[in-house]
Amino acid sequence: MAAAVTIQNLSKSYGTVPAVKDVSFQVERGQIFGLLGPNGAGKTTTIRCLCTLAKPDSGSIDISGISVLEQPREARKRIGYVAQEVALDKILTGRELLELQAALYHIPKVEARQRIEVLLEVLDLHSYADKKTGTYSGGLKRRIDLAAGLLHQPEVLVLDEPTVGLDIESRVVVWDFLRQLRASGTTILLTSHYLEEVDALADRVGIIDRGLVIAEGTPSELKNQLGGDRIVLRIREFTPLSEAERAQQMLSELPFVQEAIVNATAANSLNLVVTPDRDVLMSIQQSLQSAGLPIFGISQSRPSLDDVYLAATGKTLLDAELAAASSRDLKAEQKQRMR
Amino acid sequence: MSGTIDTSKSINLQPSDRLRSQQPLPSNELADFIQETLALTKRLFIQLQRRPSTLVAGVIQPLMWLILFGALFQNAPQGMMGNDLSYGQFLGAGLIVFTAFVGALNAGLPVMFDREFGFLNRLLVAPLASRYSIVAASAIYIVALSFIQTAAIIGVNALMGAGLPSLAGLGVIALIILLLVLGVTALSLGLTFALPGHIELIAVIFVVNLPLLFASTALAPLTFMPGWLQTVASLNPLTYAIEPIRYLYNHSQWDLSSIVLQAPWGTVSFGTSLAILLGFAALTLTAIQPLLKRRLA
Repeated sequence: MAAAVTIQNLSKSYGTVPAVKDVSFQVERGQIFGLLGPNGAGKTTTIRCLCTLAKPDSGSIDISGISVLEQPREARKRIGYVAQEVALDKILTGRELLELQAALYHIPKVEARQRIEVLLEVLDLHSYADKKTGTYSGGLKRRIDLAAGLLHQPEVLVLDEPTVGLDIESRVVVWDFLRQLRASGTTILLTSHYLEEVDALADRVGIIDRGLVIAEGTPSELKNQLGGDRIVLRIREFTPLSEAERAQQMLSELPFVQEAIVNATAANSLNLVVTPDRDVLMSIQQSLQSAGLPIFGISQSRPSLDDVYLAATGKTLLDAELAAASSRDLKAEQKQRMR
Repeated sequence: MSGTIDTSKSINLQPSDRLRSQQPLPSNELADFIQETLALTKRLFIQLQRRPSTLVAGVIQPLMWLILFGALFQNAPQGMMGNDLSYGQFLGAGLIVFTAFVGALNAGLPVMFDREFGFLNRLLVAPLASRYSIVAASAIYIVALSFIQTAAIIGVNALMGAGLPSLAGLGVIALIILLLVLGVTALSLGLTFALPGHIELIAVIFVVNLPLLFASTALAPLTFMPGWLQTVASLNPLTYAIEPIRYLYNHSQWDLSSIVLQAPWGTVSFGTSLAILLGFAALTLTAIQPLLKRRLA
């Protein structure tokens, strides 16, 4: 049986700007696949090609062995798409929106009515169903959008940044729901620039940066490949750069320290990669003490997905995020979004 | 987000077996097309029902024209408009057509907002039998709206003493409005997919709107105009919608060979007018096909 989603050598440029370069990955049936990367990495473009909203320059995309390019309509029947910007008609009520959605997917009326009832129930939307979607909160909008994406019982649910802009509580609710959905057999492909989201949900992760998939595997595989523990050291709450650099130089000379980086975006804290050893923390404390430097905070952890990203790209996801934010061309993005 | 999601009420969220078997049912394309078109049309009517201001304004505006513009030229010498019509009687046909024209010109706006807000993408990821259902729904909606507005103007016009065409006449008016609205709606939808946003679309509508009114026979007969304007007006499709309707108002007897207009290039019969409108609608509908194909493919 073919994989739920197979993307091979996908490339797509907007004008002369390449958005996605030679992206390939597979999503197995019943799994959650997380596409992780900063804004502008090519996640949304990949999703847009998958959902038939954009035409790839080259490459192929199959949903359960059905070519998205050759049989777009058959592919669309199998995909449930929840976009990043929730596009609801604010004049319609939630129920009316779902009824419209059902008709667009050609679900017979009686069956549609039943499914809508079930989804309203499951997503706890009953008390809002007959209110206009314009009055909904962010979390409610996301839930009605989820309901719309699930109405035709798709094989693959595709979510672009499913919890962006939601408060923590709403995020957890969405996460729980997605897990339940996986348990009931739906394949899920989601994009996110939240590490913890991908770490918490995904069975497999593809890390995407500047249009390229730079790492792929299960979260634990990716982390274990890195080896070494991570230490975050904050000398002061806000450490002067000179002091941080002095500590960096000094700690680099310790035998168990593989790498020491000053993280300017986190108040000049130090990120160390160390060979795991029981006395690591104590040795660091001692050498700082002997140099007359205080410690505001220190923590040791196994590598995170951010470290995977850092190792592959040489920058943290947050830095990439900030860089992407400063070079965003909102007008061009709007143009790509509009048909 | 308030409340919790309870999936313990075990439900079937599984991919449907029909799809899983990879054997799609032989779907009836036409039935699917009708289902999606009706659903999209219904959405537009729900919007209209909850936000009726466009309809109300669309009815009030031409009535104001009728009353104020009619009053402005009330003292014009009898017979100035040809025959022995009062200006109010003369103006009615022009306003019926102009109202339908403006409504159709605005047809693209809701679609443009759908493009901008991403709602169109929701429609495009759905397995529509044909994406022309999106266009068809807009056209059905605008035609219905125009009929409502036209009926209102004909009604008020009758109350103001302009009389009422025969039933057959009303049917022909409906046909004329239908052809004009289809043609102009096609233009508007073409602009909607050609222009980058609603600001540009509104600007074009704004610019096109009044000149096409003035350069038609809506406000004054062709004989009233200088030569160059006569030429422009006789190229304006609005003229060919206005004149037959005006003829219906002023003549109890009419047939397809009745002469409705003396254009610089010759006499125009009732039938020719209808043919020109049909040609106009066919032309614009054909002209936007490549654009729609590209945008909706």
